[in-house]
Amino acid sequence: MIEIHLNGEPKQVKAASISELLDELGLAGKRLAVEYNLEILPKSEHQETRLQPQDKVEIVHAIGGG
Amino acid sequence: MSEKENQLLVDKPLEFGGLSFKSRLLVGTGKYKDLEETGAAIETSGAEIVTVAIRRTNIGQNPDEPNLLDVISPEKYTLLPNTAGCFNAKDAVRTCKLARELLDGHDLVKLEVLGDQKTLYPNITETLVAARELIDDGFKVMVYTSDDPIVAKELEDMGCVAVMPLGSLIGSGMGICNPYNIRIILENANVPIIVDAGVGTASDAAIAMELGCDGVLMNTAIAAANNPVLMASAMKKAIEAGREACLAGRMPRKLYASASSPIGGTII
Repeated sequence: MIEIHLNGEPKQVKAASISELLDELGLAGKRLAVEYNLEILPKSEHQETRLQPQDKVEIVHAIGGG
Repeated sequence: MSEKENQLLVDKPLEFGGLSFKSRLLVGTGKYKDLEETGAAIETSGAEIVTVAIRRTNIGQNPDEPNLLDVISPEKYTLLPNTAGCFNAKDAVRTCKLARELLDGHDLVKLEVLGDQKTLYPNITETLVAARELIDDGFKVMVYTSDDPIVAKELEDMGCVAVMPLGSLIGSGMGICNPYNIRIILENANVPIIVDAGVGTASDAAIAMELGCDGVLMNTAIAAANNPVLMASAMKKAIEAGREACLAGRMPRKLYASASSPIGGTII
C-alpha cells in the first residue's frame, strides 16, 4: 500500500498504476479525466503511469451545470 | 416589397468556431430534480448546445450511479464544459484542460472566472488572463463576461469565438438589466453575442433576442420553474419569437395614437 493524494484527500491504495487505481476504485471504463501531479494524463498513458507515494491524482467527470 | 422578400424569412444558422447551429437557445444542466427531468427539459428546449460542469468524482460512492453523459450524449449534443466555481485563471485553465481530456479532445469551452460567491459576477482581470492562455492552447472560448462594451470588444479581439455578457446575476432571474449596454456591445460585435445569465422567464429571453442578440444561454430559468419541461417549451418559442421580431424590425415607438382603422368612410 502507498499513500497518494486523491481528489485532495490522502488515500491508501494498492494500485501500482493509474489504470489499476481506476480498477481499484470501480471507475474503469467510466467517462472521466485524470490529472496526475497537476498535468493532464491522456487515457493512452494510464497504463504506463506508475504511482509513487504522495502523487497528486485528480479524477473528474461531468455533472449538471450552467 | 418583392414577392421574394415578402416570404417568411428563413433565418441563417448561429455560427462560430467553425460550428453551425439551428437553435439559438443554449441550456445548462444544473439544478434539475433528477437526470430524467434534465433529459426531458433539454430535449423539449430544442437546444443543441448544452453546458456541463467538471467536478471531482466522488470516491467510494456507488460507481454505477447514472452519469450525466448517458442522458446528454456527446454524440447528440454539442457539449459546452464550463469553468463554474473557478475564481482564478489558473483553476479555469486546469478545468478546461480536464474537460478536453474528458471529452476526447473537444475544444469548445465556456470560460467563466467568478469574482465572489455572493454575486458570481465575473472577475474580468482573471477572465482576460485565462482567455488568452486558452486561446493560445487551441481552445475555442465562449466567454462569460460583464455587460461592459469595452471588455466585450477586448475579448472578441483576443479571439474568443463568442462573447456572453450577463443579463443580470447568475441564477437571479432579474432579466436584462441593462439593455442599452447590450445594444452597444451588439453594435460593435463581429462574433456572436449570447446573453448568459439572468433570464427569468420567457419574455426576458424574447427581449434579449429582440435586442439583436445571437442567442441566449440559460439554466435556472428552466430548471427552477415549477414545471421545467413546460418552461423549456416556452423558452424555445420565446427565443424563436424574439429572433423573428428582431429580423422583422419593430415599428417605431410614438407618443400619440395612430388609428389602425381608416379615418374616411365612417357613417358619422
